[in-house]
Amino acid sequence: MQQTLEALISKCEHLAFDLQFTHAKNWKRDGSMDDRSPAAHRFLVGYLPIYIPREIIHAMGGLPVGIMGSGDRMQIIKGDAYYQSYICHLPRGVVELALSGALSEFDAFIFPSICDVVRNLSGMFQIFKADAFIKYLDLPQNFLSEVGGAYYRREMETVIEGIQAHLSLAPIPEDLWRERLNHSIRLYNENRALIERIVTLRQEFPWRLSAVDWYCILRSGITMPVEEHNNILYEVEGMLQEERGRPLDNIRVVISGAFCEQPPLGLIKTIELAGCYIVDDDFMLGSRWIEGNIEENTADPMAAIVEAYLQHSTFSASLYEAAPASGTKVERLAELVRRRKADGVVFAAASFCDPALLDRPELQNGLERAGLRTIGFQYSENTGQFKVIKEEVGAFSDSIKLWDAVPEAGGIGDAASSQLVQVWLPTVLDEIDIVA
Amino acid sequence: MSKIITPPPFLKTAAKAPAAFPSKAGAAKPAEVVKERSMLLQKEMLGDLFHSLTTAKETGRKVVYTFVPGNLSELILAFDMLPVYPEINALQWGMRKKSGQLIRDAEKYGYSEDVCTYVKCDVGMFLNGNIGPTGEKLPPPDLLLLSYTGCFTFLKWFESLQKLYPGVPTAMLHTPYAADGIVTDDMVKYMTRQLEEDVIPKMEQVSGKKFNPEKLAHHLDLAKESEDWIAKLFDLTKQVPSPIDAYFAGVYYIGPINAGFRGAESAVEYYHQLYDEVAARAALGKPPITPEGELEEEKFRLVVEGPPNWTHFREFWKLFYDMGVVVVASSYTKVGGYFDEGFRHEATKPLESLARYCMGCYTNYSLPERINMLEKFIVDYKADGFLINSIKSCNSFSAGQLLIMRELESRLGVPVSFIESDLVDPRYFSYANIKNRLDSFFQMMDQRKRVGGRQPFTRQAPEIASQRVGRASSPDTLLPILQAEGML
Repeated sequence: MQQTLEALISKCEHLAFDLQFTHAKNWKRDGSMDDRSPAAHRFLVGYLPIYIPREIIHAMGGLPVGIMGSGDRMQIIKGDAYYQSYICHLPRGVVELALSGALSEFDAFIFPSICDVVRNLSGMFQIFKADAFIKYLDLPQNFLSEVGGAYYRREMETVIEGIQAHLSLAPIPEDLWRERLNHSIRLYNENRALIERIVTLRQEFPWRLSAVDWYCILRSGITMPVEEHNNILYEVEGMLQEERGRPLDNIRVVISGAFCEQPPLGLIKTIELAGCYIVDDDFMLGSRWIEGNIEENTADPMAAIVEAYLQHSTFSASLYEAAPASGTKVERLAELVRRRKADGVVFAAASFCDPALLDRPELQNGLERAGLRTIGFQYSENTGQFKVIKEEVGAFSDSIKLWDAVPEAGGIGDAASSQLVQVWLPTVLDEIDIVA
Repeated sequence: MSKIITPPPFLKTAAKAPAAFPSKAGAAKPAEVVKERSMLLQKEMLGDLFHSLTTAKETGRKVVYTFVPGNLSELILAFDMLPVYPEINALQWGMRKKSGQLIRDAEKYGYSEDVCTYVKCDVGMFLNGNIGPTGEKLPPPDLLLLSYTGCFTFLKWFESLQKLYPGVPTAMLHTPYAADGIVTDDMVKYMTRQLEEDVIPKMEQVSGKKFNPEKLAHHLDLAKESEDWIAKLFDLTKQVPSPIDAYFAGVYYIGPINAGFRGAESAVEYYHQLYDEVAARAALGKPPITPEGELEEEKFRLVVEGPPNWTHFREFWKLFYDMGVVVVASSYTKVGGYFDEGFRHEATKPLESLARYCMGCYTNYSLPERINMLEKFIVDYKADGFLINSIKSCNSFSAGQLLIMRELESRLGVPVSFIESDLVDPRYFSYANIKNRLDSFFQMMDQRKRVGGRQPFTRQAPEIASQRVGRASSPDTLLPILQAEGML
């Protein structure tokens, strides 16, 4: 049955922020009702930001479920007892989820190697969740196929063997495994392609779907089977073909630095209300980690996943910049800004996020040297006060609108928006304080 | 009249401790100054290194910037290169109370107040002309050797250095994390392949010298000798009273092994000499030496987790020795290698032993393994208490420390305490807060001893302990604490 975009967004928001992971748990229970069915051995694998190769979990018959912290939707009591004030907020929410029973039906947890905090959290889970399989996935920082690639393949095999041993699952015969993994690769390729098509659509027509709504749609994908999410994305893509909403005199920005601890929805909304169209970002970066397709229908699909990681990973603070053929992080971010026809970059990083914050000076200085405008601030996933951020981003937006005498083609200054600039100032002043 | 042995060279630059601090256990009155031979040796070694660095351009020696945990000293020596350790520079700036301005300069450049102050101190040093803590200009790197163990921030740090020194080749050695408490053959193979494919070729290219396996084997043999002595040295602190402080003085003792001398003959001589001196003290039943002379009485024995604060190092130490508190074991002295359990570099397995060394540094230990190690320290070194100095800059150490503390308290019933400071950011050292906490903690230990005397803490049988923290362990491990605090 066709549903409205609004209904779809509402459903996605509910799924994205359901901290009991009800949808995933129901999926697992549905599979357990008939122990003769192929779905009898469904299992849940929680994973921390940013990236894991979800294809292998899917091919094994499991559901990879992203655990992105608790945001601003859960009061943290137990989690705070385990962390000093100078540790980021994400692990507090994850510990809260673990100790409150929200992760009770999860069979395994994967902690990708992105920073010291998530690394040590893997050890804490070995104690908290001794009934689950815990894997610290050491993503290689060496990008030679025969060195880092070989190691990464062994890491993935360890995941597979560990889950099989923990759940007493029989190894899947080689031919069947190849078929299933190729199938999973196809599904996730489709998922990433759909995401990229919608991001491109939003780049052209950002008013048709707000960044907040898109975020909910994207984030919901980590709570459900990929097949289901693909269906949702097809629906969204179809609906966005039609005009909806109306263009505003907003500048166009790319958000950078928010790849792990996710900003609260109110913060994304604040950036939009401060006069920005968010035309690209690194929210939920794991869902977009591999750029392009992983090779499909190969005789060795594990090798295809490895090569995709080594050669086609996106740029990120958690990935070592080893003289990349595809350009430095500054160059790649600048290229993204140009490709999205953005007016500037908003650096939004979680407080105490060493990777993002250590990258920021070079990125910010590098972009400014390239003539691109930037602004930066810090947040935490449960930030509740947005007024200062709104003023900062609003001033950033205003400065671009005011002082860009000759807007670049495709940037803020198409004919319609140039006219709007003249009436912009009082409008913006009127809007201040809309967001509390 | 008792004699006073001069404190380690770096302590001389620290500021005076507050004069009005009461001395309870009391250090001896200053008397004649006697430098032990090991101190002279260390001073000479470090002086030679800095001299070699400042004249590197004239002598043509190539300079490698690298890190302490997981350092490849033997390989660097095999190529006749000179090491620079940015974190050692930072800590020395901290001890000279000059790190604050460097950190602020880095923050002006764009670094957040939230991030690692070692990095900011190093960047600040670069922005100020790369003048080292001795006042002499440090040579720029010929090679950035990103051999890092157990600290993700090191990777980010060297990405910054790559930007500050454009065009300088970087050799990257990714050390797999021992998350499951074991080092697998796959992990070793991954590291040796990196050494073969990237690190050694880059060192050949930069040094202009062909890799000489015999020379590496020679330095590995020497490293093994040094490691034997250092393991024996830190074993002496099991004695009551301990002849040395294994944290405050311990950071001085690990200096040479962490600063590039591990595979050198001078290190063997130094550690042999040091061991003889400390063993002689132990044989006489003498307590440790402090910056104010020999401690009169060892009243409490502590195990400490976490790095020290460097900006107020001497005031910090004084808080302990004034109360007769001696640190008998610390995790921090294991960041440059853990030799207590038998690991040694091996000339017969050169690359494999380099790999195993890197993966065996303390910061590469998983949280459950860190708990096991600290538990063993508390028991084996007959500690009266356990203290965490939680460092704002260092997530590698700090994230999870509160769980470590709860677990150890739960397993052993040992008095525990927790203080916070930073490595080299003077803004994050609150003397009054730390003193209050420590005073309360020392009182708690005192009361415990008055009531029950020194009761050694008992450890469960190793197999049971490993079950509790391993895969098969029970979540009950943590539950009693939470239940007791009304959290469940």
